[in-house]
Amino acid sequence: MSMVKFENVSKKYYGELALDNVSFELPGGKVIGLIGPNGSGKSTALKIMAGLIRVNRGKVTVCGKPTCRRISEEVAFLSELDAFYSFFTVQETINFYHEQYSDFDINKAESMLKFMQLKPDARVKDLSKGNRGRLKIVLTLSRRAKLILMDEPLSGLDPMVRESIIKGLVSFIDLEHQTVIMTTHEVSEIEPLLDMVVAIRDGHVLKIEEVDNIREEYNISLVEWMKKVFV
Amino acid sequence: MTDGFNATQPIYLQLLQKVIIQIVRGDLKTGEKLPSVRELGAQFKVNPNTVQRAYAELERLAVVETRRGLGTFVTEDKACLNQLREQLKHEKIDTFIQDMKEMGFNAVEIIAGLSEHLNDKSN
Repeated sequence: MSMVKFENVSKKYYGELALDNVSFELPGGKVIGLIGPNGSGKSTALKIMAGLIRVNRGKVTVCGKPTCRRISEEVAFLSELDAFYSFFTVQETINFYHEQYSDFDINKAESMLKFMQLKPDARVKDLSKGNRGRLKIVLTLSRRAKLILMDEPLSGLDPMVRESIIKGLVSFIDLEHQTVIMTTHEVSEIEPLLDMVVAIRDGHVLKIEEVDNIREEYNISLVEWMKKVFV
Repeated sequence: MTDGFNATQPIYLQLLQKVIIQIVRGDLKTGEKLPSVRELGAQFKVNPNTVQRAYAELERLAVVETRRGLGTFVTEDKACLNQLREQLKHEKIDTFIQDMKEMGFNAVEIIAGLSEHLNDKSN
């Protein structure tokens, strides 16, 4: 069964098409990258999967269910923006999420905090941007959600933070039960993490391809492939 | 590219080659346990599915064996590992000789060149 299915989906913002009659399916148990230039529609596609945006036309199912706001019970969404209560400490933020989501694994959160070297008693408002990025990853990956969506998890972070986020992802993701879909610009850095890529431009899905196939068939890296696909 | 992966070969194949070289060098001994899928994934920052694929391929080559619930181990079969070592040696030598012949060197010149070079290095 496919994890995500779009059927003839269109989305307009004030008359401008962000997604134009898009149909595709994505399998479960993989790490999938949505890649494309700014304004291509990849974040829109991700937010539709998360149930945060409604489509104008078409049908979207996630884990076999039509998406709506309640799909957040099954889907963990990492926003590009910060969505913390700044007066909470790190521990209080963890506890808050634990109360909000029935699938939140507090033990996993504690071990991820240690892995990310975050201090539980630090106030969120005093955290550096990098540590806020790390905390977001902890909160998202600590849920036993079937689908994990990440909107630009690495953007604007320094190389050290990016590395710890990538390592955290590899160490704590459970691909036997979970699927990850992320939008990203840092394609060369994230390539070894991806099983599959979806190339999006101007509201259209140009191609869906396994990363190993790209290398096996064309003998080129993902970045080179992108240059070909997006010309 | 990150962490020594080249841009043209599938990453699972490159990972497989890295493990094979470790075994042939003796860094990983017969019967020794390989890092878990997660550990190796974190070390090279690759997807656990990719590591899984590399391990499955190594198992197909009978270089490693998976014991249920225990992990993946280098085979105890020394003959198999010796064969692998020999095979790698022949492959490298083949490509070298092919390159040299293409440039017009004959067998005597190649051997002379090799021993001269090796002697230089050891002095």
